[in-house]
Amino acid sequence: MTSASFAPVLRSYSYWLTVYRRTWRGTIVTGVLSPVMFLAAMGVGLGSLVKGGSGNAGTDGLTYLQFVAPGLLAATAMQIVSFEATYPVLGSFKWIRNYHAAAATPLTSSAILAGHLLWMATRAAMASGIYLAAIAAFGAIRTPLAVLALPVCVLVGMAFAAPITAFAGSRDRDSGFAALQRFIIVPMFLFSGVFFNVTQLPAVIRPVAYITPLWHGVRLTRDLTTGQLEPGAAWQIPLHVLYLAALVAVGVVIARRVYRDKLAN
Amino acid sequence: MSDDAPEPLIHARGLVKRFGDFVAVDGIDLDVMPGEAFGFLGPNGAGKSSTMRMIGCVSPPSEGTLRILGLDPRTQGPRIRAKLGVVPQLDTLDLELTVRENLLIYGRYFGLPRAVARERGDQLLDFVQLLDRADDTVEPLSGGMKRRLTIARSLINEPQLLLLDEPTTGLDPQARHVVWDRLFRLKQQGVTLVLTTHYMDEAEQLCDRLVVMDKGKFAAEGSPRDLIERYSSRDVVELRFALGENEVAAEKLAGLGDRIEVLPDRVLLYTADGDGCLSEVHNRALAPLSTLVRRSTLEDVFLRLTGRSLVD
Repeated sequence: MTSASFAPVLRSYSYWLTVYRRTWRGTIVTGVLSPVMFLAAMGVGLGSLVKGGSGNAGTDGLTYLQFVAPGLLAATAMQIVSFEATYPVLGSFKWIRNYHAAAATPLTSSAILAGHLLWMATRAAMASGIYLAAIAAFGAIRTPLAVLALPVCVLVGMAFAAPITAFAGSRDRDSGFAALQRFIIVPMFLFSGVFFNVTQLPAVIRPVAYITPLWHGVRLTRDLTTGQLEPGAAWQIPLHVLYLAALVAVGVVIARRVYRDKLAN
Repeated sequence: MSDDAPEPLIHARGLVKRFGDFVAVDGIDLDVMPGEAFGFLGPNGAGKSSTMRMIGCVSPPSEGTLRILGLDPRTQGPRIRAKLGVVPQLDTLDLELTVRENLLIYGRYFGLPRAVARERGDQLLDFVQLLDRADDTVEPLSGGMKRRLTIARSLINEPQLLLLDEPTTGLDPQARHVVWDRLFRLKQQGVTLVLTTHYMDEAEQLCDRLVVMDKGKFAAEGSPRDLIERYSSRDVVELRFALGENEVAAEKLAGLGDRIEVLPDRVLLYTADGDGCLSEVHNRALAPLSTLVRRSTLEDVFLRLTGRSLVD
């Protein structure tokens, strides 16, 4: 993207920054409390019951805290954008109508969309950054490579943000959002390798886990925070990244059409 | 038109807007010159808002020619919108932000430096009498204040052309007069105003020229005075008779005035001389329960052109 076309994106982005200035305190408190509670309960508490077996059947020889922390990290990026890409998007079209306000100015529908997506990426980065710091404080990081988990989390976030934005933008009511949480986000949180290796799942449903974006994200974050690659699995890393990037691309293409139809028809 | 005549700010020929099979705007021709105050009148669904959205470059025309400020909205949308001010029918203010923040964000959308937006924003808040509320959130403001803020916001880029879609709908009379006063001042400063309304008094107050739109077409065009002369009489005599006697009375009134209209609750006589007409009514030994002689208004024109049946 050229700098000439990026200026409008930043202008659209600045709206979200202004709005966030009113609510940042609450999100920081949640952002810190949530990882501390989850890491303590799942990693330390539940983890004391888990005997870290080796191989796919266990926790790859890691302590359970080391195993579960990168999973929770990737899931956090998913969860934060599954909110940011639903109610605020619908609200911008229907309730506050700030998208319509922006569409009357030189901003194009694509710039309005891009600015909002950039904001979702920012939120994913903030939440993941805090989470990563908490994981470090719990002593569950084994390599400096872990800093690369942050951009990976942003990628995971956007792999959800772009398609969910397209979905939310095409809705007239918020009734679909609860279903999205119940039938997509929560099952992914539970069955995409955050808490246990998906090889533990029955063979028939394992492929379902493999197509979830969260599974690809968890594979990457776990490799990066533990520095422990499965033998011969290095070649899979670019595939995970490409898969997530493809979801971002598909989501953006559809969302652009939705925004154009709603703001410039 | 001579060569040095100013170019119209809005130029449309055969402009059409379709949504699927529905034709919202059905081939209109329009020129609005700099400094004019131009109004679209019409019942709901007449195509006013669709026309405004095309002029505002947020809705591409389905057919026809459209030039705004000499540019083509199909290819130059952002450049045109940079010079427009828009007051939409529904407020699009951010209720949780302050009055000033709403202006600053809008200034950002136009790429104004923060300091410029701030200074201009405060001048505009002063203009719409909201400077003392600059740091309050928008939520608790009255409808009239929100409307004034929307108008202030629409002026942040010093637009050449201000588009107002039903600027005073839903406001109480005091608030409407404040808005009209501010719009009148803008007009005196040379800002070109284009507005839609279904308040006839608003059109008479503000518009140099207007069109009455109905079913996507222009039913009439001219100054408020022109339209009254062309489509109505100078005076209107309103007569109320006892229930169910209107039809009978109307027969006895035949030949009086230019035109007679029988409504469920009263009979209207359109005439050049209201008082003369009324004494003729009494001469014919009719005894209406009440009578009123008044000047014709745009409302009479409007109802004649667009009918009295309810449009939903």
